[in-house]
Amino acid sequence: MSIRCPRVARLEEREQVAGSERLKDFLREMLLIRRFEEKVEERFRAGELPGFLHVAIGQEAVAVGVCRALEDGDVIASTHRAHGHTLAKGTHPNEVMAELYGKVEGCSHGYGGSMHLYDVERGNLGANAVVGGGLPAIVGAALAFQLRREPRVAVAFFGDGATNIGTFHEALNLAQLWKVPALFVCENNHYAESTPSKQQLPIEDLTKRAEAYGMTAVRVDGQDVEAVFKTTQKALKHARDGEGPVFVLAETYRLTGHYVGDPQVYRPKEEVREVRQKQDPITKLREKLELSDEEWEEMDAEATKLAQDSVEFAKQGTDPKPEDALKNVYA
Amino acid sequence: MPELSYREAVRDAMSEAMRRDEDVFIMREDIAEMGGSMGVTQGMLDEFGPERVRNSPISEMAIVGAGIGAAVAGMRPIVEIMYQDFTTLAMEQIVNQAAKHRYMSGGQIKVPLTIRTQGGAGWSPGAQHAQQLEAWFVHVPGLKVVFPSTPEDARGLLWSSIYDDNPVLFFEHRTLYGLKGEVPKELEPIEIGKARIHREGEDVTVVATGRLVHEAVAAAEEAEKDGISVEIFDPRTLQPLDEEPLIASVKKTNRCVVAHEAVTRMGWGAEVAALVQEKAFDYLDAPVGRVGAKFTPLPFAPVMEEFVIPHAKDVLAAVKRAVGKE
Repeated sequence: MSIRCPRVARLEEREQVAGSERLKDFLREMLLIRRFEEKVEERFRAGELPGFLHVAIGQEAVAVGVCRALEDGDVIASTHRAHGHTLAKGTHPNEVMAELYGKVEGCSHGYGGSMHLYDVERGNLGANAVVGGGLPAIVGAALAFQLRREPRVAVAFFGDGATNIGTFHEALNLAQLWKVPALFVCENNHYAESTPSKQQLPIEDLTKRAEAYGMTAVRVDGQDVEAVFKTTQKALKHARDGEGPVFVLAETYRLTGHYVGDPQVYRPKEEVREVRQKQDPITKLREKLELSDEEWEEMDAEATKLAQDSVEFAKQGTDPKPEDALKNVYA
Repeated sequence: MPELSYREAVRDAMSEAMRRDEDVFIMREDIAEMGGSMGVTQGMLDEFGPERVRNSPISEMAIVGAGIGAAVAGMRPIVEIMYQDFTTLAMEQIVNQAAKHRYMSGGQIKVPLTIRTQGGAGWSPGAQHAQQLEAWFVHVPGLKVVFPSTPEDARGLLWSSIYDDNPVLFFEHRTLYGLKGEVPKELEPIEIGKARIHREGEDVTVVATGRLVHEAVAAAEEAEKDGISVEIFDPRTLQPLDEEPLIASVKKTNRCVVAHEAVTRMGWGAEVAALVQEKAFDYLDAPVGRVGAKFTPLPFAPVMEEFVIPHAKDVLAAVKRAVGKE
């Protein structure tokens, strides 16, 4: 399938509504991602899920805030921590979970797995298991939009760890040089796998890296979904207006391990506990909205059910034929 | 029939595609005003302008990666890597990204990207500007690998590479750029994966690529004097390999020699030798011979370079060994 002509149909649930209704919508989606990923952890521990799994619990506001600001036809490239981005870009939880179970009904039909979630129809050009591996292609997709005069933007998600890899620097340099309509969304969770910032980054403010290439860079509280949404909207306008790419630094935190099962010997438990208490993006938004217990429980039950249903859907999915492994090598 | 040099033939395929198709464009440093380090893209900037003949920074990862992204988004980019040796810098993008997007997405994505590169010994470029690395890419499922030896093949195969929906590594040999040859008046696509008998013969099949096709011709002419009739089989595409006519040729001649400029050990020729023994073992009158570079980096001093890389005399020696006339 080519992403060339047909613009992605606007998903109904993406229609923007005003004020607190919109924020409630964001909360629902963040909660879905949270419950989905908790379910992933649970089913992995039960021995049902093959492969390597990385959840983004604590980082939901970035995925939702960015993806909700996108227009139809905008595309993303994700990372090994891709469930949230994929769900926020509109892929049904059933299709994501089915992929994690290696089923034909999965969004990559069982060929990709957790680290390679694709949904081209919805503008997800793929999650990449090589840190920084997807950044250059986002420059290329944005270049294609620029050459065809299409008002579309290509968005790369990546972490702080990726800002140390060559593709990051080559991609940002090229993107700014050619002023392509791209967003580089850095989810700074302060750990590259298990290695803390202090051991992998000689500077604290990563916007300096983008500024070194002459790129507009903004910093946002990645635990505040409204702030992420508004910042992304501005950045998208900048890119869409032909002003060039934007680097969006979202300061966030991963509340669970690098991978499911990570004992997290590299950081103090108190640090995690404190962030969970004060900086959980879902709790923060719930408090901001002053939801009644009833409303919260209703929302939570809905998200929990969707997550649970996705497991049921996936388990009833179809196993690929082993020999189908030989398909899709060439177009 | 008009005559074009190998260089002009490559340029002609790109220019024709760009005239016909807005989706085709080229990227790489030095390709615009300078016309490419080998002069291949000369004049293209004037015809197509800087938006489609894109001079770029020296950023192999980003350029190949940008080609991938543009291809996924529906364009047909041609990316040049100035020397094959520099594909090493883009290896991650070529091997993990370009070759695998279609597969990992379960068939959702196409990557119609052409990566042109050139190389080869001669002129003493030394160890980092003359390697022949096609075997590395033949080993990667998801990539196609093309290596033309004549102007006609270069033009027809580059056209097909541009219009193939898969990533194609298109290898050019530096010493062939000046080689002239007749080409059809109208550009005729040559199917990827179709081999060509370069010269017919009866006694031994020489499977040769790139420069070695021409070395094999010289060897064949010499062998003729000794009454040995050499068939030269040019696969033109290394991946996918046109196996059937290759095996048919070996079954006819009962002897096979593989000749390429790349290092012999673990080279592409080893795969051909394995294939021939699997599919034509009972027809073989002699072991499959291999001709290639010695197992060393390419040296600078011309006398050493000459010693390391294969020439017509090496092909001739292998042919004579095969027919038992050493």
